[in-house]
Amino acid sequence: MRRFTRLFVALDETNRTNEKVAALESYFREANPRDAAWALHFLSGRKLPRTVTSTALRNWAAEAAGLPSWLVEECHDAVGDLAETAALLLPDTPSTIDLPLHELIENRLLPMRDAPETMRKEMLLRTWSELDAKERLVWNKLITGSFRVGVAQTLVVRALASVAGVEQAIMAHRFTGRWQPTADDFNHILNPNPEAGGEVARPYPFFLASPLEGNLEALGPLSDWQAEWKWDGIRAQLIRRQGEVLVWSRGDEMITESFPEIAEAGRAFPDGTVLDGEILAWQGELPEPFSRLQRRLGRKVVSRKMRGDVPVVFLAYDLLEWKGEDWRARTLEERRRQLESALDDALHRPVEIAGKPLTAIGETFDLFELEHFSPIPALPLRLSAVLTPDSWESLLPMQHESRVRGVEGIMFKRRSSPYGVGRQRGDWWKWKIDPFVMDAVLINAQLGHGRRASLYTDYTFAIWHENKLIPVAKAYSGLSDAEILEVDAFVRANTTDKFGPIRAVKPELVFELAFEAVQESTRHKAGIAVRFPRMSRWRHDKKAADADTLENLRALLRVPR
Amino acid sequence: MRPRNFDDELDDTPAFSEAVTLLRNTSSGLYCDAGDFYIDPWKGVDYAVITHAHSDHARIGSRNYLASEEGRAVLQERLGPESRIESLPYGKSITRNGVTISFHPAGHILGSAQVRVEYRGEIWVASGDYKVEAEPTCTPFEPVRCHTFITESTFGLPIYRWRPQAEIFADVNGWWRANQAAGRTSVLFAYSLGKAQRVLAGIDPSIGPISVHGAVAKLLPHYAAAGVRLPEVQSVETFRAAEGRGLVVGPASIDGTPWLRKFGEISKAFASGWMQLRGARRRQALDRGFVLSDHADWQGLLSAIRATGAERIWVTHGSTGPMVRWLKENGWEAQALVTRFFGEAANGKEEAEEKEP
Ligand SMILES: [Zn+2]
Repeated sequence: MRRFTRLFVALDETNRTNEKVAALESYFREANPRDAAWALHFLSGRKLPRTVTSTALRNWAAEAAGLPSWLVEECHDAVGDLAETAALLLPDTPSTIDLPLHELIENRLLPMRDAPETMRKEMLLRTWSELDAKERLVWNKLITGSFRVGVAQTLVVRALASVAGVEQAIMAHRFTGRWQPTADDFNHILNPNPEAGGEVARPYPFFLASPLEGNLEALGPLSDWQAEWKWDGIRAQLIRRQGEVLVWSRGDEMITESFPEIAEAGRAFPDGTVLDGEILAWQGELPEPFSRLQRRLGRKVVSRKMRGDVPVVFLAYDLLEWKGEDWRARTLEERRRQLESALDDALHRPVEIAGKPLTAIGETFDLFELEHFSPIPALPLRLSAVLTPDSWESLLPMQHESRVRGVEGIMFKRRSSPYGVGRQRGDWWKWKIDPFVMDAVLINAQLGHGRRASLYTDYTFAIWHENKLIPVAKAYSGLSDAEILEVDAFVRANTTDKFGPIRAVKPELVFELAFEAVQESTRHKAGIAVRFPRMSRWRHDKKAADADTLENLRALLRVPR
Repeated sequence: MRPRNFDDELDDTPAFSEAVTLLRNTSSGLYCDAGDFYIDPWKGVDYAVITHAHSDHARIGSRNYLASEEGRAVLQERLGPESRIESLPYGKSITRNGVTISFHPAGHILGSAQVRVEYRGEIWVASGDYKVEAEPTCTPFEPVRCHTFITESTFGLPIYRWRPQAEIFADVNGWWRANQAAGRTSVLFAYSLGKAQRVLAGIDPSIGPISVHGAVAKLLPHYAAAGVRLPEVQSVETFRAAEGRGLVVGPASIDGTPWLRKFGEISKAFASGWMQLRGARRRQALDRGFVLSDHADWQGLLSAIRATGAERIWVTHGSTGPMVRWLKENGWEAQALVTRFFGEAANGKEEAEEKEP
């Protein structure tokens, strides 16, 4: 219990990702597997049913602390969490025993559930008297079923993968799979042998495109290249192996559960298939903005309603594994041919719905034999179309269409190229039509002019460089009137410093700035200047720490417009 | 005697039938009719008796101020050189219109005082802010016997239970050392008047170099003059040469400012009683919160109240409702005193902080 409490405190005390991972790693390395199994149970977001009601906890805490119930209730209002309130109110005694976590749970907490009330109370009071304040907080959170640690699942997976010495994807699969909080299962999760489960999930490293430099003509003959739209979705691999389907994102996360319809559709491929592509929110024939897709992320259970509200598709553009064989060394041309045929087969392959074989490609079915009349939707699988320009020139008007098409630009992939690893330059290029964008933090504000003379409308934005925010652009336009009022109120409430008419504000608000180009500049502290910066949207979903870095921006210096 | 300010008709004070009402609440603050003076008024008045120099107690704009001798210099610093301030050592009294006024140590910050008011045998004490644990930067709290005690209750709930400050400082030292090992500068937010100096007095200066923000620095000479020994602080320029080994102390308002960016990679912590609650700590995205308060905790408040021997307790600041109810249930005559600064607890500010350049 002490070790687990130390872990809880360590995770609670830091906001640094690396420190959280380090705390988790040392816990998993040192803890008894029987205890660590339970720790993992809680870290994975699983809970135990509450053993003590709020009323009972409040009354017993009041009794143990020698306080009237109403006062405990007042304290609860101030704290907002009953488990924490009780921990703060109970007599401040030192911890007298170090009960292993698994014993605490298996021999005390779980039996309490079915024990008569008097016994429950006695066990609770006894446990309180044996723990210190921090341990009591953890214990109270366990018995009220409210134990939550501020640590993302990806960090837990990272720590486990590092302890076991296996790839994160393998660990992610083991972690999201079925296991019980037992020493055996915990040891299995930490098995250093990648073949010991999870290997089904092993994805390939993604091949990333580089921003296009120079003129299109510099790429050589158009016939060497395959052109596609550049989609603005979630880059993912659809992995179909050993009867399972998994969806692995470029953000190193297993996102199968967030997109169950894509996982179902993946069953239409034979075992030993891995596709590279993009998940997009899709309506009719067009992709929807990325913000729609975000609503689907981070969900363990996706409701039928959510699936209907935000329909998604997997847009395949490459084939990495076919019939269990790694195809990455083959040419794009060959991979593409096989991808098209694999997709065609999948879409026409009979699938079983309600025990009856059906094909599902938007054809009409005789549905009257089925219990449910809802139409069978086409499988949410599509091919990323290949563009067929006559000349480099003819791509320009296409590029200008991209905004209406909801895409980010055009991709060029060399037909003779293998599938590379990471950002290898030369074979995959992205040609973004839209202005460049960066996420920057609002750091200074100044009153506007004319109609806006009484509002803070002129802003200075900063991005990160060596852990510091450095100013990089000024922008005045792009916000709606309502947003301007909101920012104005924020500026007034969060002024940290004044230099003449300029107010420095708490670096909290993040905006996406659109701009046309980056140039070297000796006049600016950042050493670069951006052309025509304007606010393209307010990134409510981002924190200052998520803003762009100067390094990212400098990379754009090489990109001609 | 009639009040001289006829616009001060707001009177929230219910009359205790047999009690002499020495002090009452007015729209300008706590007023003594008999002596014609205010205690910690929030508007400009003719004669203001000040418990301590925090800006929610010491407002500018009054014609005359009376403060404790120990607190005179910091009060002058805060109110500006034009303000007329008389002072009085702890325990000594003056008489004004037959009302005896004296200051008694409140142990809150340098010069903080409880104001004792006596008139025709009736004694009232207004506590101002106070804490009961003694520390090196101010004269420790002394209970004063009285009939009516006006107590603060910023932390008037039993969830507020302070650990001994030696333990807290051990934690602070440990955090500083760990940051040092990681090459990060430690930045500790603390109110610039009182808490910052208490922190300086409490930490182990042998760990590394120390620097302070200007808001803290300008008060240090007054502490030195009062005989409070504090470790040497370095100018920011010298300090920066120590790259990630040092400790910076400054008010929380410097968070996110260009000034703070001078120090490279930092770890941020806050020393405040509000850090007792996880929520308060997490909302501010701090690396650490140290529960170190210049106010009394629940037990401290109760022990101070008992030690006055008062039967009537007025409760002001913070959790007045629960404290009043608890006192009533335990045999006191108690009521809440409404102040202008009800917002304090809600936004997690222990003292009103002024913005300093
Ligand atoms: Zn104060």
